[in-house]
Amino acid sequence: MHVPDGFINAPVSAAAGVVAAGAVAVSLRGARREQGGTSRSSGGENGGERTAPLAGLVAAFIFAVQMLNFPVAAGTSGHLLGGALAAILVGPYTGVLCISVVLLMQGILFADGGLTALGVNITVMGVTTTVVSYALFRGLATVLPRTRRSTTAAAFVAALISVPAAAGVFTLIYWIGGTTDVPIGKVLTAMIGVHVLIGIGEAVITGLTVGAVIAVRPDLVHGARGLTSPLKLRIDGELVDAPARQSVAPVAARSTRGLWATGLVTTLVLAGFVSFYASANPDGLEKVAADKGIDKRVEEHAAKDSPLADYGVKEISDARLSGGLAGVIGVGATIVVGSGVFWTVRRRRTPDAPAGIRTEETV
Amino acid sequence: MGAGHAHKLYRHGHSPVHDLPPHCKLAAVFGFVLVVVSTPREAVWAFALYAALLAGVAALARIPAGFLLKRLLIEVPFVAFAVLMPFVVPGEQTELLGVSVSVPGLWGAWNVLAKGTLGVAASVILASTTELRSLLLGLQRLRMPPMLVQIASFMIRYGDVITGEMRRMSIARRSRGFEAHGVRQWGVLAKSAGALFIRSYERGERVHLAMVSRGYTGSMPVIDEVTASGAQWAYASALPVLALAVGLLGWAL
Repeated sequence: MHVPDGFINAPVSAAAGVVAAGAVAVSLRGARREQGGTSRSSGGENGGERTAPLAGLVAAFIFAVQMLNFPVAAGTSGHLLGGALAAILVGPYTGVLCISVVLLMQGILFADGGLTALGVNITVMGVTTTVVSYALFRGLATVLPRTRRSTTAAAFVAALISVPAAAGVFTLIYWIGGTTDVPIGKVLTAMIGVHVLIGIGEAVITGLTVGAVIAVRPDLVHGARGLTSPLKLRIDGELVDAPARQSVAPVAARSTRGLWATGLVTTLVLAGFVSFYASANPDGLEKVAADKGIDKRVEEHAAKDSPLADYGVKEISDARLSGGLAGVIGVGATIVVGSGVFWTVRRRRTPDAPAGIRTEETV
Repeated sequence: MGAGHAHKLYRHGHSPVHDLPPHCKLAAVFGFVLVVVSTPREAVWAFALYAALLAGVAALARIPAGFLLKRLLIEVPFVAFAVLMPFVVPGEQTELLGVSVSVPGLWGAWNVLAKGTLGVAASVILASTTELRSLLLGLQRLRMPPMLVQIASFMIRYGDVITGEMRRMSIARRSRGFEAHGVRQWGVLAKSAGALFIRSYERGERVHLAMVSRGYTGSMPVIDEVTASGAQWAYASALPVLALAVGLLGWAL
C-alpha cells in the first residue's frame, strides 16, 4: 500500500502530512507513558528513557517481520503489515511510532513510498491500522472473558478489520486528492475487496503470533496486561507490583479511549457496509474485485499490498460511478458524524478527568 | 562487523554530492520532489528536464547508471498499475497500437509513472550518497523530534541484527525439514514471529539497561554537530531551484 509520489495531489498530501505529524506528536507523548513505567518504578523522574531503545527494537522487528513471507497457496505468499501486531504487542502509541519510523526509513532509504506521500502513508498504514485495531482489540477485550484465548481472538478480529479500514481511509484520501480519474466506486470496491482477503491472512498470523508471545512472555503483550498480573510476579515481585498499580491511572483515560474506540470502529464498520451496499451492483462487483484480488495475489505477491495492484478491476460503466460516489460520501459523512459525536462526548467528559490526564488528552 | 556499518544502500565515494551536509541534501530532495509533484502533467518536456537534472546530479556523484536503474526496480508494482490505467479509466477512447485505450487513462498513467519514477530516483541518489548515520543527523538538524531520530537510529542499528536472527531461525527451521507450503504452516511461522518479537524486545531491554548504566537519561548527547555554510546551502539548493524554474515554465507554457 506504499503510495508513490504524484499519486495524491500536493495539497491533500500536505494535509495528510499534518495529520500524520500530529499523530506522531501525540504518540511520542503516549509512548513515554506506555514504555516509561512498565518495569521501572522510578520511571517518574525521567519518563521516556525506555522509549527509544524499546520502540527502536520493535521497529526493527516490524521491519524484519514484514520480510517474513507467508505462503498462501501454491507458489504465492504474502507478508504482514504489522500495524495490528505492533499495537497489540507494545501498545497503540508505540505502535504508531514504530510503523511511522519504519515507513519513514523505507521512504528515505529504499525509496519505497514517495517522500511527499509520506504523510499519506503514515496516516493510512501507521495511524489507521494501529488505532482501528487497538480500539477494536480493547473493545473486544472488555466484552470477552479475560482469558488468553479471548485475547488471541480479539487480536484476530482487530487485525482482520484494520486492513480493510486502512484501505477505506486510503480510498477516502484518494477520492479527495487522487490525481487519476479511476472511478471512485471501483477503487473502493477493489481496495476493500482485496484488503479483506489480505486482512484474513494478516488476522490469522497476528492472532497466532500474539498467542505465541502470550504463551511465553504474557507480560510483554501490552494488550494482555490486565489478565496476567499473577504471572508478572514470576520475574520480580516488588518491581512488577508498582506498574500494576500505576496502570490504574490510565483507566479514566481508557474509558474515554474505549468510547472513542467503539465510536470509530462502529463508524468504520458501518461505513464499510454502507458503502458496500451503495456501490453494490446486481452483477456482484465485489465478487469480481475479490476474484481479481486473488489473481493479484497469485501474480505478484511482492506487490500485493500496493494500491496499484489493487485497482485491477476492469469492468467500468458510468452508471456505477454515481453509486460508488454515494458510497464514499456515505463513508465520509459517517466518519464526520461519528467523530463529531466522539468530540462532544469527550468534551463533556474532560472536566471530570484528573488534571494530569486532561493535559495528555488535549494534546 | 568488520566491514563497518556502511549499509549496502550507501555507495562510498568522494564527490561534491557526497560531501554536502545531509540536511541540505534532504531539504533539496524534498524540495525537488515537491516541485515535481506539483508540475502539471501536460508539460511533458518539463519531466524530461527534471530527469536530465537528476542525471546530472547522479553523474556528479559518480553513481553508475546501472546501479541507479537497478534500484529503480522497486517501482515495478507502480508500473504495473500504470499500465492497467489506460484500460480502466473511462473517457474518450483512442487507438494505440491497434488497442482501444482511454485518453485520461493514458495521462493518468503518465502522471504516476513520471512523478513516481523521478521521486524514487531522487531518493535513491540521496540514499546512495549519504551515510545512514548522517542521514539521521540531518533529520535531527531539520527539527525532527529527537525521540523519533533515536527510535530510527535504533531501528537502523539493530535492523540487521534482527533480520539476522530471523534468517538464523529460518535456517534452523529448514534444517529440521520444515518447508512452508501453504496455510497449514502459518502456525509455525507465526510462532517464529512471536519468538522474534520476544528476542527483539528482550534485546531492547538489555540495550536499555546497558545504556542506563552508562548514564543515559533519555536523550543522546550530540557530539558531531553538522553545520552547513551558506555556500553549501546554495550548492544544494541548485537542484530544487532549477527544478522550480522548470516547474514554473511548465505552469506558464
